[in-house]
Amino acid sequence: MTYHAGSPDDDRAMLAELKLKSFDGLFAGIPSGLQTDNFNLSPGLPEMEMTRRLASLAGMNSTHLVNFCGGGFYDHFIPAAVDALAGRAEFYTAYTPYQPEVSQGTLQAIYEYQTCMTRLTEMEVSNASLYDGGTALFEAIMMAFRITRRRRVLIDGGVNPIYRAMLKCYSANLDFEFIETPARGGRADRPAIKKLLTAETAALILQNPNFFGGLDDYSDLIAEAHAAGALGIVSVYPVALGIIKTPGAMGADIVTGEAQCLGLPLSFGGPYLGFMTTLKKHVHKMPGRLVGAARDAQGRRGFALTLQAREQHIRREKATSNICSNEALCALRALIYLTLLGKGGLAELAESCAANAAYAWQKLTAIPGVKPAFDRHYFFNEFTLSLPGNAADAVSALIDRGFAAGFPLARYYPDMENELLMAFTEKRTKEEIDTFAAALEAAL
Amino acid sequence: MKLIFEKSVKGRRAVRFPRPAGGEKLINAKLLRARPAELPELPESEVVRHFTNLSRMNFSVDTNFYPLGSCTMKHNPKACELAAALPGFAHIHPLWPQLRHGGLLTQGALRLLYETERLLSEITGMAEFTLQPLAGAHGELTGSMLIAAYHRDRGNKKTRIIIPDSAHGTNPASAALAGFSVVTIPSNRRGTVDPGELRKAVNDQTAGMMLTNPNTLGLFEPDVREIAAIIHSVDGLMYYDGANFNAVIGRCKPAEMGFDICHLNLHKTFSTPHGGGGPGAGPVGVVEKLRQYLPISRVVKNRDGMFSLDYDYPKSIGYVAPFYGNFGVLVRAYAYCLMLGREGLRAASNHAVLNANYVLAKLRDCFPPDYDGPCLHECVLSARRFAENGIRALDIAKGLIDLGIHPPTVYFPLIVPEAMMIEPTETETRETLDEFIAAMRALAETARKKPAELKTAPGNAPIGRLDEVAAARNMDLVFQG
Repeated sequence: MTYHAGSPDDDRAMLAELKLKSFDGLFAGIPSGLQTDNFNLSPGLPEMEMTRRLASLAGMNSTHLVNFCGGGFYDHFIPAAVDALAGRAEFYTAYTPYQPEVSQGTLQAIYEYQTCMTRLTEMEVSNASLYDGGTALFEAIMMAFRITRRRRVLIDGGVNPIYRAMLKCYSANLDFEFIETPARGGRADRPAIKKLLTAETAALILQNPNFFGGLDDYSDLIAEAHAAGALGIVSVYPVALGIIKTPGAMGADIVTGEAQCLGLPLSFGGPYLGFMTTLKKHVHKMPGRLVGAARDAQGRRGFALTLQAREQHIRREKATSNICSNEALCALRALIYLTLLGKGGLAELAESCAANAAYAWQKLTAIPGVKPAFDRHYFFNEFTLSLPGNAADAVSALIDRGFAAGFPLARYYPDMENELLMAFTEKRTKEEIDTFAAALEAAL
Repeated sequence: MKLIFEKSVKGRRAVRFPRPAGGEKLINAKLLRARPAELPELPESEVVRHFTNLSRMNFSVDTNFYPLGSCTMKHNPKACELAAALPGFAHIHPLWPQLRHGGLLTQGALRLLYETERLLSEITGMAEFTLQPLAGAHGELTGSMLIAAYHRDRGNKKTRIIIPDSAHGTNPASAALAGFSVVTIPSNRRGTVDPGELRKAVNDQTAGMMLTNPNTLGLFEPDVREIAAIIHSVDGLMYYDGANFNAVIGRCKPAEMGFDICHLNLHKTFSTPHGGGGPGAGPVGVVEKLRQYLPISRVVKNRDGMFSLDYDYPKSIGYVAPFYGNFGVLVRAYAYCLMLGREGLRAASNHAVLNANYVLAKLRDCFPPDYDGPCLHECVLSARRFAENGIRALDIAKGLIDLGIHPPTVYFPLIVPEAMMIEPTETETRETLDEFIAAMRALAETARKKPAELKTAPGNAPIGRLDEVAAARNMDLVFQG
């Protein structure tokens, strides 16, 4: 089927205007040897048949499972108004706001998003979004290089291993040194980090809560980093910031994270939303788009993309990053979500996640043989358990009972065969947790 | 319009959550935040009104003609949106296939990924695709990293990437992020790459070349095979920037032009609305010899017809994204390809090119282009002749706003003074194009006779021209109220 707008009469008339008999004449500039008929695709399907086929593929995925899988990506409730408003065609089918006079909707929304993200993280400025939490962390490292003119990065082993794998990929061609300090007992290894902080260190990278679910206060480590002339970069889970001490309060210089949890569906890995906030003094070194308030000739307040001289379309190979399209619509969703929850709602949501996790913790650690994986361990909505046997076996057994039980850590930490990472959102009910506990006990 | 923060009233709230299961709080007080985040407080009715009214301050494809060059602002079938929102796609956790036997939970999604890769490979002639890159520029970075991996593996010491001066700014920025230095070569008088200039620039250090074809002037590079041969003669790799692929889909294949790597902007050519600047997706395809360097994980089809993830590629560059790419965007592209099929995709290009040439033919006397001859899916006109009246391309752009039309891309490509780059796309009717042509001709008339009128445009937009210089000097990036 076709989606172009022309009718056969239009085609003929327009081709005649161009003194052409057929479409082929339009492509005369392409050497004939490069034009191909070798294009082996099926004939198009009517909308109805395509929809049926896609529904059938979607139906092959398990949506009935009770989900305790987190690992940085969470199954939160999305209020209906998020879809309704972000789905507005005027937001949805616009492009990057290059012409501010007719893009005030997008621009004001980004300005409001920037404001929300700085308030959430207690930092001073935010950009207009990045691809995801991992690429945001990479961009933060590049930013730290520009600020410190040093080339060594320290990263705690409690930072999401998915992100650490991405950073290895990105650093392969760049001249920088990447030092990982393995987490000890589920926490940042403070003595090891302090020893490694030197005059060559550009940044120390930490995550809160860390990949094992552990909460920490990194104020001391960030102060040590500052004493060595390095920056403190913290990757955070924004829902946790509803109640958890902010990276701003810990003295962080750059904050990044994954904001999928703010009104974006899990969607099998994307689109997600990377965010970045920092201090005003670093704003010229920050990558990505920024929206600022401005005035028109009549003194009316409006908004426009600003500080564009940092960007790829002007500075080309010297730009702060290569980012052009980002995740503007996802940032809009996050803004709408945060607005619907508001000051009280975000705190209530965070309390709810923490309370569900706390309940599950009491329930699950009471199962004979199931133990906390780490000794001193405060958590928000996610924690690590040690099972009496192989965690992957238990997860497989529980899938059959309707549970995505969590994430077996051996996939990223080979010596943690019995350890299971479990996450709880406000969507999980007491009944679900109770039935799960019974199922786990039976499966062990 | 007031900011959402200025409408906030203490104690108002739209969303409430059910009572939690009720565990004893286990968090140490020292780990808690001192005071709640100052987010806006409004009832749902006010939130809905705020964002609905904000949206009305935007031009968009669904409300206005939007011929923004190089951005391919076409109408996208609404059916693709429904497909991506199906609960079986929207609510599955990306870690599930990494559980043992977890692939069984996501067979439909894995199959969709696998088939999308095959479709894109067939369309471009490439041997295999990775769907991981999250945007066009992210695809460029991935491609640059593949070039680096190839040379590293072969023990080549190559440090330079060649990029024409007409290229998108993302090309040099991406190459630099992959550790390369950039060699810029000038376009010739026809607006295309001059093989002679290229020969001068190529040496043992040349790792590869990034090329957009058709290029940013909307012109096909007629010497592309010769260009590829020059790059290949020093074991360099040819990178195809797919930004303009909408012009030639179904007619040319990048692999057959001599390219080794290519990215496609799914949000341009394959139907995802641009969302005010994203999300997009920039899958990358490679020829056979580069297959082993592609990112992991990869979706494979097993002998029993089941799909699973494979990580066992020791020469892979690793992970450029956390999972399998912007899956929601991939679903839309897959749905689009299924609906259009062979003939529909080809017809889309045909009409995109027809519309651009129609506009060019009808406007070339008013805004003469710098380069002669027909174009492909977009044309670049120049407003240079109005300079003597003090009128610039930006003034023409602002004048269009008052006529209800989104301006074309202005001041790009950089090699054309007072450039206006127009991409009408295949989903616009002849009537819309005629209205646009009439509007542009009227603006040319105003520029000639009453230039002062244009200088104050737009007059009917929600806001007038903003003082962006002052805004950059007195940065106000966050509401302080």
